Amino acid sequence: MTNQQVNQSTSQLLYTLQIADNALIIGHRISEWCGHGPILEQDIAITNTSLDHLGQARSLYQHAADMFNALPAEQKNTLFTSTALQTKINKGENIDEDDLAYLRDSWDFRNVLLTEQPNKDWAYTIVRSFFYDAFNYYFYTELQKSKDTVFAAVAEKSLKEVTYHLRWSSEWMIRLGDGTDESKARMQEALDNRWAYTGEMFEATEADKAMLAEGIGVDLAAIKTKWMQHVTTVIEEATLTLPANNWMHSGGKECRHSENLGFVLAEMQFMQRAYPDMEW
Amino acid sequence: MPAITTTQVYDWLQQVTDPEVPVLTILDLGIVRDVRIADDEVTVAITPTYSGCPAMDVIGINIRMALMSRGFKKVHIEQQLSPAWTTDWMTEDGKRKLKEYGIAPPVRKTSDNPLALFEDDNIPCPRCNSEHTELVSRFGPTSCKSLYKCLDCKEPFEHFKCH
Ligand SMILES: [Zn+2]
Repeated sequence: MTNQQVNQSTSQLLYTLQIADNALIIGHRISEWCGHGPILEQDIAITNTSLDHLGQARSLYQHAADMFNALPAEQKNTLFTSTALQTKINKGENIDEDDLAYLRDSWDFRNVLLTEQPNKDWAYTIVRSFFYDAFNYYFYTELQKSKDTVFAAVAEKSLKEVTYHLRWSSEWMIRLGDGTDESKARMQEALDNRWAYTGEMFEATEADKAMLAEGIGVDLAAIKTKWMQHVTTVIEEATLTLPANNWMHSGGKECRHSENLGFVLAEMQFMQRAYPDMEW
Repeated sequence: MPAITTTQVYDWLQQVTDPEVPVLTILDLGIVRDVRIADDEVTVAITPTYSGCPAMDVIGINIRMALMSRGFKKVHIEQQLSPAWTTDWMTEDGKRKLKEYGIAPPVRKTSDNPLALFEDDNIPCPRCNSEHTELVSRFGPTSCKSLYKCLDCKEPFEHFKCH
């Protein structure tokens, strides 16, 4: 590999992790509802969407692992600083999708902060899903055109699933927003509190910029307009008020996370960390 | 090692069923994309119905078992993502079996006839054929199904989503 190829491959790998980490972390958060949903049908619905996210994450981590394993040894040592993963890399072993999910610490994760926010209650959960599903819908629509054939295939497959997710979360926005005084007030509170996490989804990292230039990635500025349109339409239909503040949190895509991610990982990675290399 | 043809392999695969909808074989579902034979090795390419469908691993094992019981030890299961699976690939026989089993089959070819974001299909009741039905939940007990109820015979039923 030439230096230029190594750089492109590294950007592509980090880009893959951005997408995969979003899918894994939102999928895990949503799965926390399993057995706790407000009614059986919705418990089942939200758990179904969680499975879709985890399946998408798995395909993408496999792709990331393949790219990583093809990198020159010296480059492999510069990408992660999580001890458990680095130990494996130092032994010269190939990594796989499970290693990426279970052996990285929070500072090697690239998901947006929105995905790691706690469920709190049904209103906060729906609002988080709604913002994210709308993003995912337009993101995967564009990613279908990627020059990376794995991205294009995952996007084509995922888009069908994400369409159901967006319909579901949009309907709940409307049902609860245009519902009782209590449900409306709680939705508005969730909306106001989670709004400041939406800007980061459209912030372009170095990997985003490099992949867009290569025809592999998605133009985030272009999908932001479509996202805003959908979000505004649904919020109006839900008789809720779009928050006016423009100040946005950021950092997740650059591996700077809130303490929330640590709690997610502590639960998700427990078995693999307590019993390294366990299988079942 | 017996010499075999892909036709024979397809015959055997016709006996492998979907663990979540046991009236359907994997061929009825349309998830078998390719069968290749090289010497004593058989490769079966399957495509997942949904990204996180937990039945895919079980289906892979069942394919392996079906071929091993016929004497084939080297069986590769390949996961193929593209083109993405669609219920358009479900056989007519499969749709008939679904209906007899009490699950409303997909009603529309998704490729020529995609739904707008907030549109819904009108799904007839698999028991009384009434079109007077109501969506209860977009998500059923498995990813591929949604829940409906019939407003005439009053029975709840599952619908295999047009996907
Ligand atoms: Zn009926």
